[in-house]
Amino acid sequence: MSAPDLVAIVLWAGLTLYAVLGGADFGGGFWDLVAGGDEQGRAPRALIDLAIGPVWEANHTWLIFDLVILWTAFPQAFASVMSTLFVPLTLAAFGIVLRGSGFAFRKVVGRLAGQRLFGAVFAISSLLTPFFLGAALGAIASGRIPVGNAVGDPWASWLTPTSLLTGVLAVAGSAYLAAVYFVADARRRGDVELEAYFRRRALAAGLVTGALALVGLAVLHADATYLFEGLTSRGLPLILLSVACGGLALVLLARGSVHPARGFAAGAVAAVVVGWGVAQYPYLLPTTLTLAAGAAPVGTLAALTVITIVAALLIGPSLGLLFVLDQRSRLEAEGEGFQWTSVSPHERR
Amino acid sequence: MIAPALAGFATVSPAATVAAATAANLLAARTQMAITLGFHIVLACLGVAFPALMLLAEWRGRRHADPDALLLAQRWSKVVAVTFAVGAVSGTVLSFEMGLLWPGLIGRFGAAFGIPFALEGIAFFLEAIFVAIYLYGWRHLGGRAHLLSGVPIALAGAVGTFSVVTANAWMNAPAGFTLDANGQVASVAPLGVLFNGATGYEVVHMFLAAFMVTGFLVASVYAVALLRGHRDHATRLAFLLTFSVAVVATPLQIAVGDVAARAVRDQQPVKFAAMELINRTGSHQPETIGGILVDGHVVGGLAIPDVASLLSGFSPDAVIAGLNTVPQDQQPPADVVHLAWNAMVGIGTLLLVPAAWFVLAWWRRRELPRSPWFLRLASLTGIAAVLAMEAGWIVTEVGRQPWLVYDVLRTSDAVTQAPGIVVSLVLTSALYLVLAMTTLLVIAGMARRWQHAALSDADVPYGPREATLP
Repeated sequence: MSAPDLVAIVLWAGLTLYAVLGGADFGGGFWDLVAGGDEQGRAPRALIDLAIGPVWEANHTWLIFDLVILWTAFPQAFASVMSTLFVPLTLAAFGIVLRGSGFAFRKVVGRLAGQRLFGAVFAISSLLTPFFLGAALGAIASGRIPVGNAVGDPWASWLTPTSLLTGVLAVAGSAYLAAVYFVADARRRGDVELEAYFRRRALAAGLVTGALALVGLAVLHADATYLFEGLTSRGLPLILLSVACGGLALVLLARGSVHPARGFAAGAVAAVVVGWGVAQYPYLLPTTLTLAAGAAPVGTLAALTVITIVAALLIGPSLGLLFVLDQRSRLEAEGEGFQWTSVSPHERR
Repeated sequence: MIAPALAGFATVSPAATVAAATAANLLAARTQMAITLGFHIVLACLGVAFPALMLLAEWRGRRHADPDALLLAQRWSKVVAVTFAVGAVSGTVLSFEMGLLWPGLIGRFGAAFGIPFALEGIAFFLEAIFVAIYLYGWRHLGGRAHLLSGVPIALAGAVGTFSVVTANAWMNAPAGFTLDANGQVASVAPLGVLFNGATGYEVVHMFLAAFMVTGFLVASVYAVALLRGHRDHATRLAFLLTFSVAVVATPLQIAVGDVAARAVRDQQPVKFAAMELINRTGSHQPETIGGILVDGHVVGGLAIPDVASLLSGFSPDAVIAGLNTVPQDQQPPADVVHLAWNAMVGIGTLLLVPAAWFVLAWWRRRELPRSPWFLRLASLTGIAAVLAMEAGWIVTEVGRQPWLVYDVLRTSDAVTQAPGIVVSLVLTSALYLVLAMTTLLVIAGMARRWQHAALSDADVPYGPREATLP
């Protein structure tokens, strides 16, 4: 295996983890948005806040990790993507700012009006961010990024059927993952009502995401030929794996096997991300730049390999510690999670 | 097949329309970078030094069984939660902007310039993980385990400072790579990139700046509280801890700054000429305070004869190179650099006054100075330290212009060719204005609730669980 391929695997591993972990945090924002009014949404919002609070920053870091690996190992690809997709990626960056700060502010602000405001900012930006990131990935996957400084069309490159689809798919997939994870979180806390609440939503989101993915294949057939051919040949086993995992997750969820369902749901999403990578191999930017042609000199790739090994040795156990503590409910105190301030008469609308 | 396309990053199209678009983009992109980085740099300082102060307070609280110190650590950790979140997202914006605004930098030099950021990726990851464990672990982790969970935050902050500042140092003293005939990076020596000529002094300078900014900023909040009559043990302890750290950092910072200035004189003589407002090379250069250059002559300001030569070369005969050693189109805007340099050195030196006052009083009476003027002065040190740090950053960034990578890549050759950067600038400015104000208001609201809780002992919705400290 060549050095650029090796770094590309690291890149895709980071992307997969971001989709599976960070994606679910965005999905949390989606369910927060549709949780209803103050009283009605109190319980699900409290669970969402408890579930996301300790982990979202670590999960978000996979995005930064990938950006850094991309611009160091494949500088021209990074520059070409960012400059051509200036519009959706600027909007995604705004969304990231609003999501993170909105979430952090909601937790510490004292008044209900403030919680409503920051909650809305957090929830809406949790929709916009995965949409624009997904649209950008759609533009890359459908081969609309020429190499160079803003050489591609600033609008036509991403206002396409493929980008629209991948954007919506990112939102739906995030919501699906989040709902499945929340079922497990509710079970762990022994909250039967919330478990049923999120199970219904997980099943619905799973069906919608699956349907969107099928429609997506038809869109790709018309709009992104190279990718479609890759997905239906080299990538086919992974696509089938994704379908199998997704179907199994739904069945397990319906039968109440919550914890295995979580793994299969994550597997369904991961298989799609990896399948995309396999389908467009050996291109990093389909049909304009291959991994080999876009790779940095060998010294850089060697340094990145060393840094990746160090990262795995340091981050792996640390992240494991975080997740274990989190799953054993060691990272919370009763009453420390987010709760709506009781509605005082003058604030009641 | 790929080579002609790649060469697009090495050259700028000569067409006049493109040049005009580039000029408009350049100003907008530089302004946007200045706003977003100028905002993030304050949060980065807090991200590096605030956890260290928080750990210091927790360590003191556990060692001396001091509930006030533990309470401070817990409250500060809640502020850290907010500043860390805002810093994480504003830092993400900067990594987007590397490509959104400066594709010509990354496209050509990402292979070298990116390496320190890969290191930063690890540091930030560890920081995010252990910040979460520390913040959410107050209740269920044992005392020692909780304190230990904070140590990686402080260490990762130091490594993060090293990596990010190393990347900036590399722009000032590019090293560790070779170029081929097309101007593309042909080979990279990672250690050469990391340990470039400016790494040492820039990293230490920024690290100390983080402790000065955070120490003085937090101390100034408690100085105001002391002035308002909150003379309880917790408030005094908070002031003492944070102010002492900044007081230790200040003289060290001045010494490091002195070394840095001489290194800049050797590595970037044109930047140094701009800092000292020296147009013509020669000996017996005066130290000019204030003033601007008009047609190559200093107008206004106070010139102290021979002092620039004395300070940089230890002799009035020491020769300092002038701006005119390079053509006009390779000179930075000297007035801005010079005035920012004056501001940084001036404020940094003035900060020695409250620092010395404090040390003297503590040495003689083991007490804070009694005069309210000390507290009034101390309450200004936070803003002053931030201004000095921003001024220093202007010196290093504007002083490097017109180069983005010194002597290798012009800023104008790196800027994006995408249309509409002005729109992005306007939106970004509005977003950051709101973000900055909201962050301040939210933290002020937390402080107000805590103060209220301390007075009335009432339970507040999101107040720390003070009565149930582990």
